Amino acid sequence: MTESISGNRGMVIEEPLIFEQNTPGQCGVDYPAVPDVIDRLGGLERKSAIGLPGLAEPTVVRHYTRLSQKNVGIDSSFYPLGSCTMKHNPRLNEKLARLPGLADLHPFQPESTVQGALELIDTCAHWLKILTGMPAIAMSPAAGAHGEFCGLMTIRAAHDAKGQTQRTRMLVPESAHGTNPASAAACGFTVDPIPATPRGRVDLAALKAKLGDDVAGLMLTNPNTCGLFEDEILEIAEAVHGAGGYFYCDGANYNAIVGRVRIADLGVDCMHINLHKTFSTPHGGGGPGAGPTVLSAALAAYAPLPYVVHDDKGFRLVEHAADAGDNRPVGRIKGYHGQFGVFVRALAYMMSMGADGLRQASTDAVLNANYLLAQLSKDLTASFEGPCMHEALFDDRFLKDTGVSTLDFAKAMIDEGYHPMTMYFPLVVHGALLMEPTETESKATLDQFIATMIGLAQKAKAGEVESFKAAPIYTPRRRLDETTAARTPILRWKP
Amino acid sequence: MRYLPLTETDRQAMLAAIGVQDTDALFRDVPQAARRDAPVDLPHHASEMEVEARFVAMAGKNLSAGCAPFFLGAGAYRHHVPATVDALIQRGEFLTSYTPYQPEVAQGTLQYLFEFQTQVALITGMEVANASMYDCATACAEAAAMAARITKRKKVILSGDLHPHYRSVTASTLQFTDIEVEALDPDPLGMEDLIGRVNGGVACVIVQNPSFFGRLKDLKALADECHAEGALLVVAVAEPVSLGLIASPGEMGADIVVAEGQAIGNALNFGGPGLGLFATRDKYLRQMPGRLVGQTADVDGRRGWVLTLSTREQHIRREKATSNICTNSGLCALAFSIHMTLLGEEGFTKLARLNHAKAVQLAEALAKVKGVKILSQSFFNEFAITLPKPAAEVVEALAKKGILAGVPASRFYPSYPELAEVLLVTATETNSEADIAAFAKALSEVL
Amino acid sequence: MSKTYFTEEHEWISVDGDIGTVGITDYAQHALGDIVFAELPSIGAAATKGKEIAVVESVKAASDVYSPVTGEVTGSNSAVADQPGLINESPEENGWFFKIRLSNAADLDGLMDRAAYDAFLKGLE
Repeated sequence: MTESISGNRGMVIEEPLIFEQNTPGQCGVDYPAVPDVIDRLGGLERKSAIGLPGLAEPTVVRHYTRLSQKNVGIDSSFYPLGSCTMKHNPRLNEKLARLPGLADLHPFQPESTVQGALELIDTCAHWLKILTGMPAIAMSPAAGAHGEFCGLMTIRAAHDAKGQTQRTRMLVPESAHGTNPASAAACGFTVDPIPATPRGRVDLAALKAKLGDDVAGLMLTNPNTCGLFEDEILEIAEAVHGAGGYFYCDGANYNAIVGRVRIADLGVDCMHINLHKTFSTPHGGGGPGAGPTVLSAALAAYAPLPYVVHDDKGFRLVEHAADAGDNRPVGRIKGYHGQFGVFVRALAYMMSMGADGLRQASTDAVLNANYLLAQLSKDLTASFEGPCMHEALFDDRFLKDTGVSTLDFAKAMIDEGYHPMTMYFPLVVHGALLMEPTETESKATLDQFIATMIGLAQKAKAGEVESFKAAPIYTPRRRLDETTAARTPILRWKP
Repeated sequence: MRYLPLTETDRQAMLAAIGVQDTDALFRDVPQAARRDAPVDLPHHASEMEVEARFVAMAGKNLSAGCAPFFLGAGAYRHHVPATVDALIQRGEFLTSYTPYQPEVAQGTLQYLFEFQTQVALITGMEVANASMYDCATACAEAAAMAARITKRKKVILSGDLHPHYRSVTASTLQFTDIEVEALDPDPLGMEDLIGRVNGGVACVIVQNPSFFGRLKDLKALADECHAEGALLVVAVAEPVSLGLIASPGEMGADIVVAEGQAIGNALNFGGPGLGLFATRDKYLRQMPGRLVGQTADVDGRRGWVLTLSTREQHIRREKATSNICTNSGLCALAFSIHMTLLGEEGFTKLARLNHAKAVQLAEALAKVKGVKILSQSFFNEFAITLPKPAAEVVEALAKKGILAGVPASRFYPSYPELAEVLLVTATETNSEADIAAFAKALSEVL
Repeated sequence: MSKTYFTEEHEWISVDGDIGTVGITDYAQHALGDIVFAELPSIGAAATKGKEIAVVESVKAASDVYSPVTGEVTGSNSAVADQPGLINESPEENGWFFKIRLSNAADLDGLMDRAAYDAFLKGLE
């Protein structure tokens, strides 16, 4: 391909850093004159320049617009990332989150002036409790990993309250997402891994063998990271409870079962919910999220501060342990009152979908994934026998002897117009390809995707290694050098 | 149900392809005891109009900051965010994209995070910054854990001038580790002796500047003492706009800076989501939690960006990770960065001067009200005053008069009677002279 | 005359008298991919047989390195700190990690020699 004069490739622009477009003295904001006052800075005024670049507003708009054109989002592409639930992000949620009566509220205004906001948090909490069937919920965690941490803290507090301080071992399946053992370690637990069976589920016998009176509990993702429902979950819960432990459920895959399964009846003691997965709040390029965590009666008393209570005088916040009555909050894990802006979006989605829509959503999510599993199993290698839940797991056996790796296959998908599925996770199969379509994809989209994937698999088996190794060729950048980035980190611009 | 594209015809065709009779068959692994046979007891689906009406009703029960003279701070600050910011962050390629794990299709996100990391390092006066954390409170806890890892010491001292939420989150987060957190009593008059408490057993001291009570401090002596004893100085900044006018924590010798970035680019949103800023020195890079974007080249030699040094993080290191954090505060970081880019050196420093000038005007007006005493000689845009009555009562009375007058210290410290009459007040560029006059007048009526 | 032993965790130790030089094997560096960083123990650090003593990071993974013997660390390879790629290029020579004074020569019993290690690798395939 011949280079253009400008270096641009049509509408894909080579956009420099803001620091490289500095016009000293330029500013994209107008302010009124600063009133003339005698300062009260105590001599601590900044003496040196900061070094921020100056750009006018049109330049700034062009800069970020051009950057956005180098990204893909759910709005533009099918994004079958396993365990991420890349479903449609409704714009109604954005509109409502921006109502001044919701966005322009300070967390410490007198409670009488924010009753609607407290009602919103309480309503969101109510929906999540009814959906899961659980009696209590901690709304403050800021993300899934934070919710895991919150749940584990209540487990630790519950054991300590009963004098069971020797319970420091947490059982975690080998297939668990990395946040699970990290969160456990942060709570002072040692992590003891449980292997999977050839059917991709937790090995119940191995689990039972590891139980003892030093076990604090089990962290289980269900549906698990292989996209399968843990069909022995009742026996698992019973075994863990029988040994005096608690059952933490990682709810990252809750989208598969929202309206169809009563979490409380699975024996779960705590489960975090990713609002930015199951409840459509936008991923925003990496955040913000929210990880409210439902709790059983055994753990409810330990939920962190603050929480909203509702009585005949209205809504109020319990912000101090002294006001918590019989509750024994584990403390505070987040500033202010939780991810309110995310609650607004999630509740708007829940109300739009309703109980019937949420049930249909899990049904369609599971249907879509099984359709992919059925249609792709001949040309790709499914790791486990179906049915799967909301995501389908394949491994790289179908690429054996082709010279094409899972990574190469994923890069080729980019050229075909798809964001790759999750790669190399879970670790329990080799070269994993984990696909979660979600319920907001049409059959037409899935059929196109299936045809493309079959085509790529056949291309790999036909020996066309070179095109896979060269992929992607249609993107603004190709196969970036991650080794040099790590060996010689350049983490900021310098003049 | 407008978000569900599948039709009944589609479903039947797909079931046939899968080889099952109905969708129930796909849920056969769910134990009977846990199955729901009908939708839960919650309202059924609703149209946009209906949902909007519900939310407008809830919003209508709140007094929004723009509808009254507004003087609240205490860690959340109201600034004017240019319309450009919100328009840009709503572009679908920013709003609906994922974490940039596939760099070829995420150069937009990676470039803006690289610019964000640079902006954060510049304003804090530090060498390197990460791609954001949940908020300043959790960033504080992470900084304490990081200092413990670096120094291999177990004790962390929290200044009494640190935001009470940063204090309690740090203490709660670390309660099950072997790190001992000593939180000093709240210090409205700046009387505590931190320097005297630093010794060879201390991993770090965490202070806030401007303090929770608004006071400005020179941290150089404390920094020197910490370094002489092999401890780290962590500085928290609740109001990032202050960095446009006050000497930066980096200049004063901080080893780690954490800040709340919400005030730039983001609305108050009733306190969430926040934006944790985290910056440190190059030598501590590998111990820094959170995502990092690094510059590199692609196979054609073109400059580009990737997530890097991921081996510190949970998805690789698992229980030995520097932190369990996965999600960051991406879109809030973008909003911050766009606002900072619009501001630039000229705008950011002017905005800061404007804020300070408004606060000075507010202080002058309030000092004239009988019974009011200003507690700090120096401040940025927030300061503490004492009243002759409990501040919480005064705030309620003023709210009834349509004035959002500030945050009583007793909201955070209900069991400290000596703080009952302390009120934190803030003025930003959004406050007019009429606001200030209205506040002073109403206050004198209520006292 | 030095003799080289191997562990099942793919470390090698080359012993001369009571000083051993420790590194990771070619198999290990290949499995890790491009190495970007190695965290080496400090001189004087106490090492215990079978316990973590160092960390080696590639772009995609971080691996603990376990000490093959008990003893005291007497030296670490600063070349590897500056140029982690040396571990990929010359894992069993210039890419050594640290030197250790053995406190108990019997720790070497049960470690594999080159032939046994090669057979072990074949068994992994």
